[in-house]
Amino acid sequence: MQFHRAHVLVCHGTNCSLKAPQSIVDAFRGALKEHGLEQEVRVVETGCFGLCEQGPTVVVYPEGALYCRVTPGDVADIVAQHLLKGRMVERLLYREPALVKTVQTFPEAQYFQKQVRVVLRNCGLIDPESIEEYIARGGYLSLGKALTTMQPAEVVKVVSDSGLRGRGGAGFPTGLKWRFAARAERQPKYVVCNADEGEPGTFKDRLILEGDPHAVLEAMAICGYAVGASRGFIYIRGEYKLSIAMLETAIKRAREIGLLGANILGTGFDFDVEIRLGSGAYVCGEETALFESLEGGRGEPRIKPPYPTDRGLWGQPTVINNVETLANIPHIIEKGAEWFRGLGTPSTPGTKVFTLCGDIVNGGLIEVPMGITLREVIYDIGGGIPGGRQFKLAQTGGTSGGCVTEELLDVPMDYDSMAKAGTALGSGALLIMDDSHCIVDIAKSFARFFVHESCGKCVPCREGTKRIYDIVDGFSRGRGTARDLELLELLARTLYMTPLCPLGQTAPLPIMTTLKYFRDEYEAHMQGQACPAGVCPGLGSGLTKEVGAW
Amino acid sequence: MFPANPQYHYEKEVEPKVISSMPTTPEPVLARVDSIIAQHRETLGALMPILQGIQQELGWIPEAAMHRVAEALSMPPDKVYSVVSFYTLFSTKPKGKYVIRVCESAPCHVEGAAAIIAELEKQLNIKMGEVTPDRQFSLEFTSCVGICGVAPAIMVNDEVHGNLTPAMVSQVLSKYK
Amino acid sequence: MVTLTIDGQKVTVQPGTTILEAAKKVGLSIPVLCHHPDQEVKAVCRVCVVEVKGSRTFQAACSFPVAEGMEVRTNTPAVREARKAVVELMLATHPDDCLQCERNLRCELQALAEQLGIREVRFERRVKEIPEDHSSPSLFRDPSKCIACRRCVYTCNQVQGVGILHPVNRGWETYVAPAWGRGLMEVACALCGQCIHACPVGAISERDQVEEVWAVLADPKKHVVVQTAPATRVALGEEVGLPSGAIVTGKMVAALRRLGFDRVFDTDFTADLTIMEEGHELLHRLKTGGVLPMFTSCSPGWIKYIEHFYPEYLPNLSTCKSPQQMFGALAKTYYAEKAGIDPADIYVVSIMPCTAKKFEAMRPEMNSSGHRDVDVVLTTRELGRMIREAGIQFENLPNEDYDDPLGISTGAAVIFGATGGVMEAALRTAYEVVTGRELPGLDFEPVRGLQGIKEAEVDVDGIRLKVAVGHGLGNAHQIMERVKKGDASWHFVEIMCCPGGCIGGGGQPIPTNTAVRLERIKGIYQADKDLPMRKSHDNPAVHQIYREFLNEPLGHRSHELLHTHYTPRRRYGVPGGAGEN
Repeated sequence: MQFHRAHVLVCHGTNCSLKAPQSIVDAFRGALKEHGLEQEVRVVETGCFGLCEQGPTVVVYPEGALYCRVTPGDVADIVAQHLLKGRMVERLLYREPALVKTVQTFPEAQYFQKQVRVVLRNCGLIDPESIEEYIARGGYLSLGKALTTMQPAEVVKVVSDSGLRGRGGAGFPTGLKWRFAARAERQPKYVVCNADEGEPGTFKDRLILEGDPHAVLEAMAICGYAVGASRGFIYIRGEYKLSIAMLETAIKRAREIGLLGANILGTGFDFDVEIRLGSGAYVCGEETALFESLEGGRGEPRIKPPYPTDRGLWGQPTVINNVETLANIPHIIEKGAEWFRGLGTPSTPGTKVFTLCGDIVNGGLIEVPMGITLREVIYDIGGGIPGGRQFKLAQTGGTSGGCVTEELLDVPMDYDSMAKAGTALGSGALLIMDDSHCIVDIAKSFARFFVHESCGKCVPCREGTKRIYDIVDGFSRGRGTARDLELLELLARTLYMTPLCPLGQTAPLPIMTTLKYFRDEYEAHMQGQACPAGVCPGLGSGLTKEVGAW
Repeated sequence: MFPANPQYHYEKEVEPKVISSMPTTPEPVLARVDSIIAQHRETLGALMPILQGIQQELGWIPEAAMHRVAEALSMPPDKVYSVVSFYTLFSTKPKGKYVIRVCESAPCHVEGAAAIIAELEKQLNIKMGEVTPDRQFSLEFTSCVGICGVAPAIMVNDEVHGNLTPAMVSQVLSKYK
Repeated sequence: MVTLTIDGQKVTVQPGTTILEAAKKVGLSIPVLCHHPDQEVKAVCRVCVVEVKGSRTFQAACSFPVAEGMEVRTNTPAVREARKAVVELMLATHPDDCLQCERNLRCELQALAEQLGIREVRFERRVKEIPEDHSSPSLFRDPSKCIACRRCVYTCNQVQGVGILHPVNRGWETYVAPAWGRGLMEVACALCGQCIHACPVGAISERDQVEEVWAVLADPKKHVVVQTAPATRVALGEEVGLPSGAIVTGKMVAALRRLGFDRVFDTDFTADLTIMEEGHELLHRLKTGGVLPMFTSCSPGWIKYIEHFYPEYLPNLSTCKSPQQMFGALAKTYYAEKAGIDPADIYVVSIMPCTAKKFEAMRPEMNSSGHRDVDVVLTTRELGRMIREAGIQFENLPNEDYDDPLGISTGAAVIFGATGGVMEAALRTAYEVVTGRELPGLDFEPVRGLQGIKEAEVDVDGIRLKVAVGHGLGNAHQIMERVKKGDASWHFVEIMCCPGGCIGGGGQPIPTNTAVRLERIKGIYQADKDLPMRKSHDNPAVHQIYREFLNEPLGHRSHELLHTHYTPRRRYGVPGGAGEN
C-alpha cells in the first residue's frame, strides 16, 4: 500500500459535479504533476460532502481544509500555496455565515459540528468506486460478524432492539418488518432496497448511493441472512445515472471478491443483488406500487393488507427498506443496539439525513440526531436565511409533508412529534422559504405535483388532486371565492381520509397546513384581488406602487 | 391530452374495415428492438427493462415495437401500451433529439423555475410539451429529479444543468445546437 | 372466529371476512360501486369507506379484513361527508345526460347518487372529452362516461382472457380503453360484450339498432320475420320486471306479433338442424380420420377469438354456421320459396342474447342466400326496450305459439342456451343415430353446470367418445393450450364465449352475474323438460326440410347454405382479415 502525505478530496456528487469537478480533478492532477507531487498527494473523487450550496467543494487532508466554490482556475493556487508551502488559501476557505469573517477548516465549521455522521460517515471521505476504501473504513465487517458469529434471529433482534424506524417516510419499525419476513415460511423471499426517491426536495438516497454504495449492499446481504432471502433488488430512479453507475461498480467489485454471490465468506450463505430502474413515476416509491413496477406493470399501489412481509414481490415474503434505513444497518450490527439507542430520541433513535433547500445559506445534505429542532437546523447548520430576508415557512417531509411556521421551529424533529404538529418528518426534505414567496403560488406548485403524480387508480386521489389544483389555480388568478375555500377544505379532508395509498392520503397536507397558517393570504387573493407578495401574475400586490417596486 | 381517435363508422353489410393502419416501423429498427428483447426476455419482470432499453435506443417506443414485445412476452399488446402510457420516461411519439426536462416541483419552483420555463419557451419558440419543428428539442415538465441542491435545474437528455438563471438559458442551449 | 363491533352491534365472523361482509350480518348494506359479486376486490372507488378505531385513515369496507375487538363505525358524519364527496367527484366528471343514457334507471352510479341523497355536485363540471368508439358493429363505447372502476378490465383479462381493456395514461387522464386510442374493431376483441355486464355505468353498451327495426316494421313493402335465440326466453322477463330465469317463451312470441313482425320463428329450429349437420360432421370426421378435436361453431365471440388467438386451429372448427345464420339463409331461400315471397323483400331480424351476433351477421360471407342472410340483430335488452316503448303489458299477454314451419323445435335446441347444452343435444342425437337404440336417460349431468371446464366420456356402441365443454374465453384459452400441448385426446369440444353460455351473453338483461346465470340455467333445463320433444332428430320440421329442400345432412345444398369458412386474424399488429395490413 502506498502512503501519501496529503489527500485532496474532490466532491463528485451530482450537485457538485454539475459545476465541473471533472475539470477540477484534471486540473489537480495536472498541477501536481507539474510540481512533481503526484507520488506524495493523492486526488480522490468522493461522493457528496453535503455542502451543495457552496460547491464544488474540495477538502485537503491532513488539515481538513475546506475549500468552497472552487473553480479549475483556483487549483493552481491550492497546489502552489497549500500543498507545496503549507499555507491555506484563505480566500477559498469556508466562511461561517453567522460569524461573517472567521475562516475555518472542515471539522471546526459549525455546519459540521452539530452533525452526527452515521449514515454519511463515508460520504465525501472515500472513493465510492473503491471497495478497498470501504473495507478500510470497517466495511463488510458487520456482514462478516453476522454471518460468522450470529444466528439470523439474533440479527433480527439487534435490529429490533435498536429501535430503527424506516427512513423512507412512514417510520415503521424496521426490526418488526424483518421479524415478520423471517417468520414467513414461503420461499423464495426477497430483499428490496427502495431507492425510488422522488419526494421533491429529497436527494439523500441519491447522494448516499453516490458516496457510499457498499453500505447499502452490505445491509441488504445482512437482511437477506436475517430473514432467509438470497435475492435482492435495488429499485432506483432511472434518472439517477451516477448512483446507478456507482451501484453497478460496487456490485461488480463485491461479486469479484466474494462478498456477494454464492457461499459468501465460506459460510454457505448465498446472496446477490440486481438493479432495476424506474421510469418516471413518483408513486413507485410506495412499496406495493414499486413491486408492481418491478414485476413489469403499471406502478399502481395494491390493497394492504396483505403486507409485503407476507405477500410482496411476486407474491412472496419481502422486506422492503429505504436506502437510508439500510445504510444504518452495518453500524447497528457493528456497534450494537445500545449504541444506536444512545442517539436521537427514545421514540426515534438514531440520526436522520436531511436535505436542505430553498432560501437557506448552506443548502445541502446533513445528518443530525433525531429530535433536533428545525431552528437549529435552519440557523445553526443551515446558516439562516440569505439576503437579509425573513423566514416565512418551511415544508418538512417534501411535498407530501406539511408546512410549519415560525412558532413550530422548536418542535423536536422525530416521527411522532412532527405528526403531532400536523406535518411529517417524511423523507427528510426541508424546503425553506422566505417572505418573498406567495403562499398561493407555492401551494399551486404542490398541487400540480400531485396532479402529475397521482397514479389514477382510486377515485379521491385521481379526481381530488386535480380539483385541488384547479381551485388553487383559481386563487392565483384572482378567481377564488369563499365557497372555493370551503371546497378546498372539503377536498383536503376527503383526501386525508379516503385514498387507497399514502400518496393520496398525504397529498392534502401542504394544502391543509397552508390553509391553517396562511388563510389570510388565500383570502387576500380572493377579496382584494391582490397577491400580497406580488408573485401571482395579473394580480396587484395590494401595496402602493412605490412599495411594490421596492 | 387524450390520444386522437379518428371517428370510425362502419358501413352496413360490409365487414367493418380497419381504417387506421399501424404506422410502419422499418425492419432494421425492429431488429434493434428484437435484440433488446433477446437481451432481457429471460429476466424476471422483463417488461420494464425491455421498454427502458427500447426508449433508450430509439428515443421513443413505436407501436410496432410494442407488438414485438407483447409477442415475445406472450402478453396482450394493450397491456404493454397500458404500462408505457403510465410512465413519464416512456414516449409513444418521437421526441426531439434533445429532451429538455424542466423540474417544476416546489424546490425548483421557489428558486425561480417559472422564469427558466418562460425563457426556454421563448428561446425555442415552442410551448412546454412540444417539439421544435426541426426535431432538435422537446420541452417537458418533470417531477423532482433530486438535484434540488442546485435548483432550479433542468435535464437535457441525461445531463443536468443546475443553478440556472434566465440569462444562462441560451448558453446551455448553445451547447446542443 | 373473530368478534368485532359494527355501529355498536357485536358480530362474530370467520377470520379473513371483510368489514363489508361482516356488516351484512348486522343488517347493514354499506354502499359500494367498484365492488362486483363475481370479481376480485379492487377497492378503487372508495365509496365503501368506514371508520376503524385506531386507524389514521378510513378503510375500504370491501377489502379491509376484520380483527378481534375491532370497532367499526359506518355512519358517522365524517364518513357520510367523505362518501358524498367521493361520489360527487365522480359525478362532476361524468356526463349528466342520465335521462338520455342507455343505462338510465340501470346505472349503479345513478343509484348510488340517489342512495346517498346527493342533491348537488359542488365541484365544477368538467367532463373528460374522449372520442366515442363506433368502430364495431356490436359494441359502442363512450369513454367519457368511464369512471375507471376497472370492473371491465377484470372481465376482459381475468374472465375472458382477451386482454384488450386496460387502464391507459396516468392520474387524472386515466381511463379504460384499448391501446393507441384504437377502436374495438381494430384490436383482438371478441366482441363478447361481457364488459357491458361489468360496467356499472353507460360507458359501454351494444350498438343500438332499435330504430332500424322500427323503421322496417313500418315499411309495408317489407315482410319482416323474426327469430328468437334459445337463451332469450329465460331472460327477457327480467327486462319487464319478472324474476330471473322466468320462462316467457309464449309471451315473447305474443309481444313480437304485437310489435308488428310478420312471422315469429324460432332459432331453436335451426339449432335442431345444427345438431343434425354438426353431428354428422363429427361422425364423418371420426370415420374418415378428419381433424380432431372438432370444436363447436355456434358462438360468434368464440369464433372471433379463435380467429385472432389460435388461427392455426381454424380447421378444427365445425364448418356449420351458427343457428342464427342457418336461419337467415333458410328464411331467404326455403321459407321464401314456400311462402312465395321475393327474398329481396324479406327482412330477417334476430333476437339474440349476444353482441357478437351483430358482427357475425355482418360478416361478408354470410350472404349465401344471395342476400344478407340476417339483416339486423337485436339483443334481449333491445327487444325489452321495444316492448316497453310500445307500452305492451308483457305479464298480461297470452302465451302464443311460433309460426310454422321454422318455429317448431325440441328441448335439445332450448338447452343450446346454457353451457354444455350443445354437447348434450349432440349426444342425445349421436347416440341414437349411431346405435339405433333409444337413449336410456336424456340428462347428461356431467356437462351441465358452471364448472369452468367439464370433461366426459360417453360410450356410443363401443366407441368411447371423449368430450369437453368450456364456457368463458378464459376457459377456452386453457382448453386450447391443452390441445396445443397434445395432452388432451378429446373428439368433440363445445366452447361458448360467455360464462354460463348464451344465458350469460353480452346482450342479456342487466344485471347478469353468477346468481342470475344460475337462475336462467334452471329456466333453460325446465323449458327442456316441459317440451314434448327433447331430441333434435325427432323434430318433424327438420325431417320435412331435409325431405323438401336439403336432401340430407352435409348434402350439396347444406354446404351452400348451412356451412361456412373462417378468417385468420392477428393478435399482434393491427388485427383484421388475413388480407388486411
